[in-house]
Amino acid sequence: MKLFAELLDRLAYTPGRNAKLRLMQRYFQTTPDPDRGYALAALTDGLPFSFPVRRTITSLVTRRLEPELFRLSRDYVGDTAETLALAWPEPAGPVVPPRLCEIVAELELMDRNALEMRLEAWLDGLDATGRWALLKLLTGALRVGVSARLAKTAVAEMASKSVAEVEEIWHGIAPPYLQLFRWLEGLAERPDVSGAPVFRPLMLAHPLEDADWEALHIEDFAVEWKWDGIRVQVAAGRHDARLFSRAGDDISRSFPDLMAGLNFRAVLDGELLIVRGGEVAPFNNLQQRLNRKTLTARMLADYPAHIRFYDALEIEGADLRAFTLTERRARLEEWYARARPLHSDISELLFPASKAALMQLWQEARGMSIEGLMLKRRSSPYIAGRPKGHWFKWKRAALTLDCVLMYAQRGSGKRSSYYSDYTFGAWTADIEGRPELVPVGKAYSGYTDAELLELDRWVRNHTTERFGPVRAVAPGLVLEVAFDAVQRSTRHKSGIAMRFPRISRIRWDKPAAEADRLEAFIQLIDDKI
Amino acid sequence: MTAVRFDTWLRPTDKGLYCLAGDFYIDPVRPVARAVVTHGHSDHARPGHHAVLATAETLAVMRLRLGEGGGVVPQALAYGEQLRIGDVDVTLRPAGHILGSAQVVLDYAGQRAVVSGDYKRQPDPTCAPFEIVPCDLFVTEATFGLPVFRHEPDVREISRLLTSVAAFPERTHVIGVYSLGKCQRLIALLRQAGYDKPIWLHGALQSTCDLYEQLGIALGPLALVSEAQQSLAGEIVLCPPSALKDRWSRRLTDPVTALASGWMRVRGRARQYGVELPLVISDHVDWPELIATIEETGAGEIWVTHGREEALVHQIGLMGRRGRALALVGLEEETD
Repeated sequence: MKLFAELLDRLAYTPGRNAKLRLMQRYFQTTPDPDRGYALAALTDGLPFSFPVRRTITSLVTRRLEPELFRLSRDYVGDTAETLALAWPEPAGPVVPPRLCEIVAELELMDRNALEMRLEAWLDGLDATGRWALLKLLTGALRVGVSARLAKTAVAEMASKSVAEVEEIWHGIAPPYLQLFRWLEGLAERPDVSGAPVFRPLMLAHPLEDADWEALHIEDFAVEWKWDGIRVQVAAGRHDARLFSRAGDDISRSFPDLMAGLNFRAVLDGELLIVRGGEVAPFNNLQQRLNRKTLTARMLADYPAHIRFYDALEIEGADLRAFTLTERRARLEEWYARARPLHSDISELLFPASKAALMQLWQEARGMSIEGLMLKRRSSPYIAGRPKGHWFKWKRAALTLDCVLMYAQRGSGKRSSYYSDYTFGAWTADIEGRPELVPVGKAYSGYTDAELLELDRWVRNHTTERFGPVRAVAPGLVLEVAFDAVQRSTRHKSGIAMRFPRISRIRWDKPAAEADRLEAFIQLIDDKI
Repeated sequence: MTAVRFDTWLRPTDKGLYCLAGDFYIDPVRPVARAVVTHGHSDHARPGHHAVLATAETLAVMRLRLGEGGGVVPQALAYGEQLRIGDVDVTLRPAGHILGSAQVVLDYAGQRAVVSGDYKRQPDPTCAPFEIVPCDLFVTEATFGLPVFRHEPDVREISRLLTSVAAFPERTHVIGVYSLGKCQRLIALLRQAGYDKPIWLHGALQSTCDLYEQLGIALGPLALVSEAQQSLAGEIVLCPPSALKDRWSRRLTDPVTALASGWMRVRGRARQYGVELPLVISDHVDWPELIATIEETGAGEIWVTHGREEALVHQIGLMGRRGRALALVGLEEETD
């Protein structure tokens, strides 16, 4: 548990991706089985338990700590579990700290009523970092800034394998992943997962650049709308079906309404959408359904899920990935006509007669509340990863408005000495009719390194107030902000939220008073909800 | 409990703790005629006093940092040496906080008060260790006066640092340290751990390091970042905490930012400073040491000068002693 706790502690403070990978690799290389396998499970949200620990913590505090001192400590620390971990009495004599594998093995079978007693004994055997990590482990959510995919990347790169190779077998193997580590260390063959519904790494698209457009021959490409949902893979076997996100996370549990219809044998690529009365609902509808542990009947009825298929990797046992898109599409259509799974359809192909007609389709996308177009080379096989020259995404043109810089925050990692995160506002009027800025969004990209230096200098020279890492600045700098869309939001004072905002230009020339007004944002709200 | 109340000869005032029986202040925050100074940190050693009594090391620090303001008539008193001022016998005893730091022991009319200043109990290669002085009244700080504050053994934190240096040889490890005391202690701890490469310094740390060396504390090879000819990848750099966020740090190679401070125990504080490697190394007592020290002095009455006095006074009550929060102004929460 000690090494695992130290790993989590370090990860929680480490902003850089490469540094995180290095820390995890060192851990996996130096930690014995089966502990490292359970650690991998914890980092990929693969442990089969999560305990609501709040009441247990309260009870332990009452029994083991002085209440007034705990209250004062809690006020200072701001987090109950962390306070408990820090203030817990140190063991009087030498102790044997529990191993991670022992803790996991017991927790898997643990009765909720027995938790408090075991937890108390474990806490007595751990140091402060260990106690903190244990409480995190119990809740089932580590929150140390590591995605499941990053953890898989760490183990894959340990053995100079690609993450795709790990992802392909991931859903056919289980904690503590002994076979996986044996394979990675060259001691065994790759685990055989044939027959299990596992994730196949996806083929991804490149943004369409000017040069791609110039070189494009329309007859070589299949054209589809770019649907505004999330990319999913359906892997359905004879007895079992799974729904995977684009990163290979199993999201089946959040979509019981879809899973019921997946009684076939195929691995299909498609877009997960909310479709109501034949109409695709805006993306924020889908967000209501993602990452939910509990689903109500009401939610299923209000946000009906739907899959729009556009490719097939396997159909009834036949691997189609080496076939051309044209062939795969024909197989998909032929199969769909027979199987007709519930809550699904096929993404229609568009047939613009010329590049001019294609351009016109693209321009119409925004008016139809569609995100853009997908252009896929007809002769391409299905290649995992992001191969060049095969698939292009052509997003609708961004919208831009001029905003006024209000706050700047220091970045992290390489940017920790730069004010690199910008909150900007639009003009509105306060109750007495005087002009007032309200924050409308935040962006930390879109500028060059040279512009970052200038922005940083401007922020330092125009600071009016400081709040920790944040500075408020005088309303004097106009930023042209590019964004994809505007949505209603009850979480922000302005009542709106921007999608994918980034700084497109710094308007050194423009007086702040001439920046856009909040009304301009409100007019852009996609109101089809 | 003694018959004479301590207030009749020692009391908190808005200038600091005042000893009526000897007509002098201890760590006064405003200029006074006669001051006894526990140690050289700027919230304790202020400029503009006339006579200043302190250890020779503290006087040297004051001269370095305050120049003319370091006292018109300085007077050195060695640890253990007794001096009569008015009706009071004054003795200085090591406080273990930084080089020259002292507890002020006051004997008056059969009562003994110990004003400890800032102190710690963990061993420190750069200063004399804290001595327990049995007393009737113990005046203590409470910088880390909450049970959540327990400083890890410093060797453990140094080993975490060196492990990180080994794990990221292509990056610079830059550690924010208070320039007086913490800086030199960290260097000495690294030397104890066998680290013998040059340690790179921000310019603001040089003069105090020079002073420590002059006073006999060996620090090994030191070099200035501003004079580095090569990339500092793989090296350890020390700087004042404020420089971590400053444009100064941009010259370092993909730095791992660290901060050596007792506050690093609490995640919220560590995140507030935005550091990647929080090191819990403090020059103050932690909670268990505070309680143990109070016990060991045997004092029936405890005055708490500054810090988180509410929790400590509550704890003192639980221990069956009289606790009193002085809420002295001007004693700051440093980045320690």
